[in-house]
Amino acid sequence: MIGPELGITQPGMTIVCGDSHTSTHGAFGSIAFGIGTSEVEMVFASQCVLQSRPKVMRININGELNKGVVSKDIILYIISKISASGATGYFVEYAGSAITSLSMESRMTICNMSIEMGARGGMIAPDETTFNYIKGRKFAPQGEEWERKLNEWRKLKTDEDAVFDKEINIDAAHIEPMITYGTNPGLGIAINGLIPTAESITDEGDRKNILKALEYMGLQQGNSLLGMPVQNIFIGSCTNSRIEDLRLVADVVKGKKKSENVKVMIVPGSQQVAAQIKEEGLDKIFEEAGFEVRQAGCSACLGMNEDKIPAGEYCISTSNRNFEGRQGAGARTLLASPLTAAASAITGVVTDIRTLLN
Amino acid sequence: MQPVKIIQSRFVPLPLENIDTDQIIPARFLKATTREGFGENLFRDWRYESNDDNKPKKDFVLNQQQYEGKILVAGKNFGCGSSREHAAWAILDYGFTVIVSSFFADIFKGNSLNNGLLPIQVSDEFLQKIFQQGNKATLTVDLENQKIIIDNTGEEETFEINRYKKNCLLNGYDDIDYLVSIKEDIESFEKQYA
Repeated sequence: MIGPELGITQPGMTIVCGDSHTSTHGAFGSIAFGIGTSEVEMVFASQCVLQSRPKVMRININGELNKGVVSKDIILYIISKISASGATGYFVEYAGSAITSLSMESRMTICNMSIEMGARGGMIAPDETTFNYIKGRKFAPQGEEWERKLNEWRKLKTDEDAVFDKEINIDAAHIEPMITYGTNPGLGIAINGLIPTAESITDEGDRKNILKALEYMGLQQGNSLLGMPVQNIFIGSCTNSRIEDLRLVADVVKGKKKSENVKVMIVPGSQQVAAQIKEEGLDKIFEEAGFEVRQAGCSACLGMNEDKIPAGEYCISTSNRNFEGRQGAGARTLLASPLTAAASAITGVVTDIRTLLN
Repeated sequence: MQPVKIIQSRFVPLPLENIDTDQIIPARFLKATTREGFGENLFRDWRYESNDDNKPKKDFVLNQQQYEGKILVAGKNFGCGSSREHAAWAILDYGFTVIVSSFFADIFKGNSLNNGLLPIQVSDEFLQKIFQQGNKATLTVDLENQKIIIDNTGEEETFEINRYKKNCLLNGYDDIDYLVSIKEDIESFEKQYA
């Protein structure tokens, strides 16, 4: 969260950190990936980290996004298509008009979840959107240094004749608001779609996995999730807790109240975002809607502190992982966008945001 | 790090796919500051009836006395999820030295190699053959020759491992020793691009 906010994250850098979601910084055209503790030790001892060269993949998404579809839906769609291990061993570049039209914050959401399809990192070539975002931030280059850096950064584009080990093309018009029904981020469907039936899955291993996931989730194959009651909504995490995410949520809930049947936690990702929502009066909107604004940080994303989801309960979460027990032992996580989370907070059931927009 | 050379052992089968790091070691146990003791909570939520007591779930393989050994055999995409090295520590601390699967998540694989836990990627067919063996069967892992053998049937498969990492494991070295030994080269490289 704070690397980009403070202008520390810049194009062309190599950024490593002991957290798999370090891939977020790839949105700035930096090489950014998560490492383990021993590798952190290596960096501290030598300023180097030994790595083998990854394979390269490019995912091109062209066209215009549908109404109600945001960057979280793009990445959930990609992962649902290529699976939770579909990019293992790869570094991924996201390209195409649907990507370049996104804000920096939306780009970060996409790069953040690269690891959820197995990729070490994901990146987007820096452009004017990137430079405008960085300019003037606390640790951004100033004056002549800014001009010099800008010249360097403009060169950080993939060559036209570059060859990728794998290339995937996606039509943005095919992407709908997404939600997951299983216990890995690859088990996702369009919000108005149906949970796959076991019969429709040819691979025996995949079939067993899905049946096991559905048992844990208390869901039935072939059913729709729309209208299903949920007990919790969590809006936060390094995937979706930036100011833009919280503004989206505020637009949906302004003047409305949450359903009595849900507990809603909304959590700014950093102290800067926490201050910003106060400044913009978003905190009032959330409080009036009956949302609990929790302390900046990870909160209920990974059940490491007191913000947990009780066993057996459902939670629509804007975070990145729906693993068994991730949000608390026995908790059942449905990953979705901030828009879907906000809409469902109002109704208390899984809701297609498009029905509220009309 | 303990050197890894030839290991002959029975194995513990866990034929599930996409076993993620939150299952291997749930986040609530990550607050310790040393690498010891994580084995107690390995697969915590699958292994015990509830979070609050230590009543073992009888149907989980680590609680079944007929299975034991230094080798864990699991379904594909093992170790997906977090970069937490605690996942590798927990498996090692429990007493495993080798983990066999038909596919490993990247970061987990690196973390394992960095801590003296040998990840062996075998073909899907070979993995199924291992799972078909009874609980008395043993496997032999020969790191020098990059071979894994099902002792009962004599079937074997060779596996890939980065040459540098192989040497580290055979000798019980770690990466810091290596990097510190080439410090001058690193410094001159940095000057060149400064």
